[in-house]
Amino acid sequence: MLELRNVTAGYGAFTALWDVTLAVERGEAVAVVGPNGAGKTTLLRVISGVIAPRGGDFVFEDAPLGGRPAHEIVAHGIAHVPEGRRLFPALTVTENLKMGAFLRSARKDFRDSLERVYALFPVLAERHRQRAGSLSGGEQQMLAVGRALMSRPRLILFDEPSMGLAPVMVLRLFDLIRRVREEGYTILIVEQNVRQVLKLVDRAYLLEVGRVKMHGRAAELSEQDFVRKAYVGL
Amino acid sequence: MSATPGRIAFATVVAFLGIAPFLPMAGMKQYMLHVVIQIFIWTFIGQAWSLMGRFGLVSLGHGAFLGIGAYATTLLWNFYGLTPWIGSLVAVALAVVMAFLVAYPCSRFGIIGHYFALTTLAVGEVVRLLIIAERDWTGGSLGVTLKAAGDASFIALQYADKQVWYYVGLVLWLAGLWVWARLDRSMARAAMEAIGEDETAAASVGIRVTRFKLWLTVLSAALTALGGVAYAQYITYVNPETLSGIGVSLRIVFAVVLGGMYSLLGPTVGTALTIALSEWLRIVFGVKFIGMAETIYGLLLVIFIIFLPAGIYGSLADLVRRRRRPAAAPATA
Ligand SMILES: Nc1ncnc2c1ncn2[C@@H]1O[C@H](COP(=O)(O)OP(=O)(O)OP(=O)(O)O)[C@@H](O)[C@H]1O
Ligand SMILES: [Mg+2]
Repeated sequence: MLELRNVTAGYGAFTALWDVTLAVERGEAVAVVGPNGAGKTTLLRVISGVIAPRGGDFVFEDAPLGGRPAHEIVAHGIAHVPEGRRLFPALTVTENLKMGAFLRSARKDFRDSLERVYALFPVLAERHRQRAGSLSGGEQQMLAVGRALMSRPRLILFDEPSMGLAPVMVLRLFDLIRRVREEGYTILIVEQNVRQVLKLVDRAYLLEVGRVKMHGRAAELSEQDFVRKAYVGL
Repeated sequence: MSATPGRIAFATVVAFLGIAPFLPMAGMKQYMLHVVIQIFIWTFIGQAWSLMGRFGLVSLGHGAFLGIGAYATTLLWNFYGLTPWIGSLVAVALAVVMAFLVAYPCSRFGIIGHYFALTTLAVGEVVRLLIIAERDWTGGSLGVTLKAAGDASFIALQYADKQVWYYVGLVLWLAGLWVWARLDRSMARAAMEAIGEDETAAASVGIRVTRFKLWLTVLSAALTALGGVAYAQYITYVNPETLSGIGVSLRIVFAVVLGGMYSLLGPTVGTALTIALSEWLRIVFGVKFIGMAETIYGLLLVIFIIFLPAGIYGSLADLVRRRRRPAAAPATA
């Protein structure tokens, strides 16, 4: 479904990703883990079109999307739940969801999408007139996920969704992502919470200083070893 | 039908339109007519500014577009005898190019918020200094008078009769209201609000951030330049202090902030109040306290930004809204 081949990217003269090759099959959940500054966020930014890759191929459902702008990539069916949630704090829950369906292709299905999101996260329906900025951390994360679903994506990119949540909430969040997955969405998730995320995904990549150091099936990867590596950074 | 502030505003405009065409015929004094014309034209300019301002694109350099508009038509007429009907198109085109040159790099390199405001402030000053420096054409800081047209009033767009300008002003004001209301109900408004809140988030849902910002800046600049043309044609005299630079740029901002930039009639109310204030100060203090108005504006601006960010009109409208919906869930922000 998604295939990156030898993708290189960076900021100015600085290279944050070197020759990254990665694939996600339809229906799969795949994790990217690695220490701070490894380039995980950069990788998701390249895929969602926020920054352009400097080299390599990036294909999604047979469409070459490398270097295409963000709005085209959303239209192709990739949604991004950015690092730190990035809601529109002064807008209400419903307005935030409406913005998720901003693209013309998504707008016509707005009602239907809204109902699906509310069915998935009933608490959002209860608070539909509340400002996003006044929601609890967990609710904000649900809203961020809900907003991503509004664009009718087939692949969802999550960037550290558990960041800033209390441990109890982290467990609930992973349940929630599991539910999203069961709805049939394909998932690419970046997480620091390696132990938890490996229970959720089928496969995982370990990224270090901008390079893929290791990848394999979540179950097969020697968990201890992997966790240690990801956390210690060596 | 409940009386929402939007409906009240709309009804006010319609009621005013009923009497507006006949006002000058009711023997309005020349002086009053002059004040009302100024209010119309400066409101139009304020409306143009608020198209950007309400979405967090705070420009402190709109004097640049005003000056480009006023000087382009005036100089083209004086030196080449080009009618302002075409001159204004040139003026708008120049303002659009200028807006693009400022907005594109700002958007690409993420210059937003205070940094954007400072950048535009500098641009406004650069235009003022250029006008002063090019004294051979522009008359420098002394300004330049529009060459009299004789009897070719229409071609020169010069009318001694204030009634004509009253109607021109009225049309401009209505056009400003129309653009404002159109934008208010468009998808662009939603997009711009999202961009104003968080550009990264807006981009992540597929909003073309750069494109929307450029489009809005260009529209605002074009209308401002048009306002500059109208003002110059009416006064038949342009000078760098009244039509470019920090002073006038801040005066536009102040009028809009005072009235409220988030409501249809905000710029109108704010402009009417500031013009009334400066006329009153002029009458009471004469020329003894030149610069007095600017000082008062500055102080009021600070007070308003702190205590009434929605402006006088906007706050009143909010009050009405709250009265109408006492049972609504309390805002939990
Ligand atoms: N906008 C930027 N400009 C310049 N350098 C950047 C920018 N964003 C990130 N970097 C650099 O790129 C490298 C990779 O950053 P990235 O944010 O992708 O890491 P990450 O793996 O997501 O880290 P974290 O776990 O802390 O979120 C880092 O060295 C970082 O300093
Ligand atoms: Mg990151």
